[in-house]
Amino acid sequence: MATRLAEEARHNGGGEAGAALADRLGAVPGGDTLGGLIGDAVDAVVGRIGKRLSADLHDRDPDYLRETLPLLWLISTFYFRAEVRNLGNVPEDRPALLVGNHSGGNVIIDTFVFSLAFYTHFGVERRFHQLAHNLAIAWPVIGNVLRKSGTISASHENAEKALESGAPVLVYPGGDWETHRPSWEGNKVDFAGRKGFIRLAREAGVPIVPVVSIGGQETALFLSRGAGLAKALRLDKLFRLKVLPISIAPPWGLNIGDFAGHLPLPAKITVEVLPPIDLEREFGPDPDPDEVYEHVTGQMQDALDALAAERRFPVIG
Amino acid sequence: MRINESVAISASPQTVWDYIADPENYLRFMSGITHWEVTGDRANGLGARYRILIRVGAAEVGGLIEMVEWDEPYDIAWHSITGVDQRGRWRIREQDDGRSRVEFRFAYGVVGGGPAGWVTELAAAPLLRRHMRRTLQQLKRQIEHEQRRADAERRRAARQTATA
Repeated sequence: MATRLAEEARHNGGGEAGAALADRLGAVPGGDTLGGLIGDAVDAVVGRIGKRLSADLHDRDPDYLRETLPLLWLISTFYFRAEVRNLGNVPEDRPALLVGNHSGGNVIIDTFVFSLAFYTHFGVERRFHQLAHNLAIAWPVIGNVLRKSGTISASHENAEKALESGAPVLVYPGGDWETHRPSWEGNKVDFAGRKGFIRLAREAGVPIVPVVSIGGQETALFLSRGAGLAKALRLDKLFRLKVLPISIAPPWGLNIGDFAGHLPLPAKITVEVLPPIDLEREFGPDPDPDEVYEHVTGQMQDALDALAAERRFPVIG
Repeated sequence: MRINESVAISASPQTVWDYIADPENYLRFMSGITHWEVTGDRANGLGARYRILIRVGAAEVGGLIEMVEWDEPYDIAWHSITGVDQRGRWRIREQDDGRSRVEFRFAYGVVGGGPAGWVTELAAAPLLRRHMRRTLQQLKRQIEHEQRRADAERRRAARQTATA
């Protein structure tokens, strides 16, 4: 039993926690003493949690994606009246860093709409990865769905690996800060000054392709990020959460945290892909991150303003 | 799910065939089409492959297709290789009145989608039928327009000869 647990722990990347505990108990990990058993058990649990918190590039399952597309198409077409424009701006045969504005709280409809459009345009055979917060990946059912859909936990290393595999990678630099912005700031691109995506694109030598979406912030009435509340509860230290959002959304009414998600209102979702930005060609061999940041967010804001100008009513579009 | 639509065009089957067999014309008459690209060495004929995309609802649906029948001037049929499972056919026959009857047949299926797949097949049918009807109307308009221009050109040439 102990040996099996130890093997499982090693396979899943655990091992150190159990070894430390076993040391403290004066036992050899993998042995059949009580200390060894406890150590191996801890390793297995840590390994399993580690496995759940991480996502491998090869967890992506094209057959699963193909079978999921009909449902996504139904919801996107008839509930959200979704439209994705200019997908041809995504390079056909090389990787690219797709940079999007994040909307919809924890129910990120525009990501699903974009994924549907991507897979029907390029085929499920083409690799496509998205970065997501560790907590989303760790969620029991949703995490599994995300992994099969090609989602990997957000880290610089994971994004590099995905780009090296030749896949376009979708990132949301604004993360939880942007997706929980109040509804009245729905038409504002807010990356909170995060420029890591520029370094990533530069190091990987891939173009940045901005992806602008509108409508996500109308799927509920988002009232506040609750940044002060998150800080007071030390959520930023414990879970890398800088917000504890407050919104009014079905079926909960007052929704604090949005941890269980919500039933999104049928807001019309429109996504537009902008032309690729080649950093070296447009900004020289040593691009200034501040300049690139201003350029990318400026272009996205212009496109978002144009999309907002097309809309007449909230939710209806 | 299978959808059939047809139209009568005032032109010979060969004229209709010449128009349909030229891949460059597809972007002109196919409704909803967003992408039509020849992939491989052959532009047309048996075994020619195209990557096509048609906007249906919230997505561009299509993929790689291969021509599996090429019987001039009667039938062109294709099967999908990637993307949505589909089969299609152009069927051109001469009517008693000398016009051509052009039939556009399209069959598609959503494999493995469960109940959502069945609902999707049904829900997509009216959208696809609308595209197919518009496609045939555009095809008819363009071929007959070209016919009229060719007839006018012949009449003009005849007048010039008579005047000379």
